[in-house]
Amino acid sequence: MKTMAKNLYGWLDERFDISPLIDFMSKKNVPVHRHMIWYYMGGVTLFLFIVQVMSGILLLFYYKPGADSAYESMRFILTKVNFGWLIRSIHSWSANLMVFFAFVHMFSTYFTKAYQKPREITWVTGFVLLALALGFGFSGYLLPWNELAFFATKVGTDIVGAIPLIGKPIMMVLRGGEDVTGATLTRFYAFHVAMLPAIFTVLLGLHLVFIQRQGMSEPEELARLPEGQKKFMPFFPNFVLRDAFLWLVVLNILLFLAVFYPWDLGFKADAFASAPAGIRPEWYFMFMFQTLKFLPGHILFLEGELVGILFFGIAGITWMLVPFWDIKKKSESNFNPMMIIGLISLLFIIIMTIVGYLI
Amino acid sequence: MAEQKTSRRKFLNFIIGGGLLGWIASVVYPIFSYLIPPKIPEAVVNSIKAGKATDFPSNSGKIVKFGRKPVILIRTDTGEFRAFTATCTHLDCIVQYRQDIKQIWCACHNGIYDLNGRNVSGPPPRPLDEYKVNIINDEIVIINELG
Repeated sequence: MKTMAKNLYGWLDERFDISPLIDFMSKKNVPVHRHMIWYYMGGVTLFLFIVQVMSGILLLFYYKPGADSAYESMRFILTKVNFGWLIRSIHSWSANLMVFFAFVHMFSTYFTKAYQKPREITWVTGFVLLALALGFGFSGYLLPWNELAFFATKVGTDIVGAIPLIGKPIMMVLRGGEDVTGATLTRFYAFHVAMLPAIFTVLLGLHLVFIQRQGMSEPEELARLPEGQKKFMPFFPNFVLRDAFLWLVVLNILLFLAVFYPWDLGFKADAFASAPAGIRPEWYFMFMFQTLKFLPGHILFLEGELVGILFFGIAGITWMLVPFWDIKKKSESNFNPMMIIGLISLLFIIIMTIVGYLI
Repeated sequence: MAEQKTSRRKFLNFIIGGGLLGWIASVVYPIFSYLIPPKIPEAVVNSIKAGKATDFPSNSGKIVKFGRKPVILIRTDTGEFRAFTATCTHLDCIVQYRQDIKQIWCACHNGIYDLNGRNVSGPPPRPLDEYKVNIINDEIVIINELG
């Protein structure tokens, strides 16, 4: 058996020259320090993405897009298909957890300043991946074709339509017409199961290659220590095993949530019904939704919603380009501008989200 | 001779580069055109019937289909009929009549319009378009006067 494996390895190595790769992996080290826990957040996000792909493929076996069939096929999955409710519930919960861990991963990268040289592009790809994950959430939310999703999509696409000049054509392309109809559902289905996964996979591949190539970032306090005092652990098997253990924990939490708090289907979308009271978007859009709610009809000569959209657009791009305008802390002062900016952003998101659920 | 060579190279670069741009455009243009949904001709609806006036209680409202657009029909406390486009001018949600505050309310972002369709509080930037309501032989008829 052992010689067979060795022979196979030799056969492959002769053709693809893989020993340098194995060599690289075995020499790879992960720094050990008190902020180490944050290294695992990206891995958890990756794990949840894998869960999304698998549960999503399973849902495709029964889901039928279309204004007359989407809701009905979802009800069929939930009530008739064996374990259909579980697969659907896992897909919904895992989507939410994935976005949550992506946010945690992003803010931990920000606060440990891991985005600095040479990891600028890794940060940018990570930001685009988060934006795509939100796109996944937004497009997937409509697919069950229920009331809440219908109005969330109306609002979300109308926001895009408010962008000057290019907004209207983009809105038309997103909706497949003037209004949110079955045509919108077909398009969102195409985005959700084909276009976004293709783009996401390519960027995710790049993101992971960058991380493997550059290794884990050392936080400043560790980088300052003399070489002899730094502690490391081998990436394989020590770090990988810890990663695997955490994935198992997350899988258990996911199953607990999916089984005991299964996701609702709600009422079927009706284009001629009033928006129901208490309508709200998914939690990760809540802070933007709440901000828009607070804005008055007009600010100076601009419409309130346009001001809100411009604000979030500019803030998003600024955040994506953080590595390129990073303000260095003066060594003698306690004032750390990037820390303040990060805390204000994080507090804004948390407070607006909480306010959104309270009001 | 050398001069001729560089100009010939320039010419070839121009042709190849231009050809490449043309080729990209010929691929991208059909794709983008394909994504823009074709216009579907819409039957022009100028008026609709919305049921019997005597069946419609005071201080209530409902959404009716006006062609492909939703319209909110309201009967006020005093028994008067009013109709407005039901699409919120803020972000496209469908509004509803609130019996408790006797105003038109949008659940999405808490926008409020009075019974003349004027945006009175919350984020809506414009009033709702008004439709004319006639009662002909107890039949409610909603008419779009804007065309």
